[in-house]
Amino acid sequence: MSVDYVLQTSDLIKEFKGFTAVDNVNLNVERGTIHALIGPNGAGKTTVFNLLTKFLIPTSGKILFNGEDITQMRSAEIARKGVVRSFQISAVFPHLSVLENVRIALQRKEGNSFHFWKSDKVLNKLDARAMELLEAVGLQDHAHSITVDQPYGRKRALEIATTLALDPELMLLDEPTQGMGHEDVEVVSDLIKQVSKDRTILMVEHNLHVVSKLADRISVLQRGAILTEGNYETVSADPRVKEAYLGVAADEEESAPAKAETESADEKVVV
Amino acid sequence: MTINKSAVALVALGLVAPFILYPVFVMKVLCFALFACAFNLLLGYVGLLSFGHAAFLGTGGYITGYMMMEAGLTPELGILCGTAAAATLGAVYGKLAVKREGIYFAMVTLALSQLAFFVYLQAPFTGGEDGMQGVPRGHLFGLIDLSDNMNMYYFVFAIFLFGFWVVNRTIHSPFGQILKAIRENEPRAISLGYNVNDYKWAAFVISSALAGLAGSTKTLVFQLASLTDAHWHMSGEVVLMTLLGGMGTIFGPIVGAGAVVTIQNYLSGGELGNYIHIIMGLIFVVCVLAFRSGIVGEFNKFMKKNFS
Repeated sequence: MSVDYVLQTSDLIKEFKGFTAVDNVNLNVERGTIHALIGPNGAGKTTVFNLLTKFLIPTSGKILFNGEDITQMRSAEIARKGVVRSFQISAVFPHLSVLENVRIALQRKEGNSFHFWKSDKVLNKLDARAMELLEAVGLQDHAHSITVDQPYGRKRALEIATTLALDPELMLLDEPTQGMGHEDVEVVSDLIKQVSKDRTILMVEHNLHVVSKLADRISVLQRGAILTEGNYETVSADPRVKEAYLGVAADEEESAPAKAETESADEKVVV
Repeated sequence: MTINKSAVALVALGLVAPFILYPVFVMKVLCFALFACAFNLLLGYVGLLSFGHAAFLGTGGYITGYMMMEAGLTPELGILCGTAAAATLGAVYGKLAVKREGIYFAMVTLALSQLAFFVYLQAPFTGGEDGMQGVPRGHLFGLIDLSDNMNMYYFVFAIFLFGFWVVNRTIHSPFGQILKAIRENEPRAISLGYNVNDYKWAAFVISSALAGLAGSTKTLVFQLASLTDAHWHMSGEVVLMTLLGGMGTIFGPIVGAGAVVTIQNYLSGGELGNYIHIIMGLIFVVCVLAFRSGIVGEFNKFMKKNFS
């Protein structure tokens, strides 16, 4: 095999009481790329995501990370191997300071996380590295604020900084721009572009504008199965993709009035 | 007021307290304060509501009592044995309980503590309903006679300060940071690579050891180990103390324990003695409905609003 794949799945299946949410998914994520997983609502994107990060156990099939079978491993274990995820809702530690959030991630490699007899001052040596990471996402001026008071865009940026602190080989981003205003979407997608250097990113994304800008390769999911794959031009020209999106366009307009951004992007595919 | 200043005030208060108040009463407050601090470590800083902490208080008490009476150990060794026994029990119970979350965690701890209660009710060495009476206080390190209330008091105060220090150190340690992260957002802590159950378990063991230390000390103070300490009422009482004082605050459990013990002491002597459970229940309801952050929590909010 000439192509270097970081993450591969073979015949991945997840059934919930007879309902097949993920059906024979074979995903190949190439090293050093941004790979996007898209599809209409309920296509099983988040389920695939939860399978990859072990928050759900697959019914059958295999997941390989760097050729190693990680199907049976636990969430925390694959995180230590270098597969780190973000969440759909912003995943921060709300009542800790912005700096402390990043420090929690840095702390793991220190090997002192069970040391209850030491003062937490020993963690201060991580501050410099934490500040660097915060600067990378433009949060250096808010380092000592309590996270819960920060606006949504900043929490999202903080989440990325925290994930970066682990220096993951593979970053899994679950709808990184969901629920954001126009400006924040730009900021965060620039940020993703910036951090994608030297690593691989697999993202689930609703916003096709962001996908078209960032993704090197796109897999389209429909009813739990992969419909088609390719770059943005190939995928957006595929008539089956248009159909998949057209079929649910009416529902989406009702259920998600806040996603004007998404809708307009959807139309691009449709037209 | 900073934590350090408050801690100095606490020590000063503790040193003079036996000259102002009845020493045995203050010792009782200190034992329950330590118990509540241990409980608060779990509830306030990891977000785990254990409804079975009486098992550890009771275990500490019975084992220390047994060691003092039957093995004739010195008090410091007796307390050490009681604490170790509670920690061991906590290690087993914790292992089972941390696999569950929320209400299920509370139920598992309750069920396991009831198991311990019935063992203590039936086991021949505990004296069943009568309890273990006439536990000698002994001589500390074989030297200092603890039957003198003043000597006993300062010994208890030292134990309390040690336990309080352990809780504080744990909260403000690298380990404590992870505990707070788990309390704040457990899935995120997992996704950062932490085996959260191991951390919860370690916190559970520390908490049960300290609860055992409180029980051991209490047995020496009253020269009695009884079923009351292992009963589920006691598990409920420590929840009340912690909530009333302020969960997740450093001094809350101490204030809460002081308040509850004082109220109980006054009421049980007076004509309202029969209504003690109703009154405590009312306090609980008012506390949960009206001021959830407890006495210390509300005080901190007030200070923050007006003086900073």
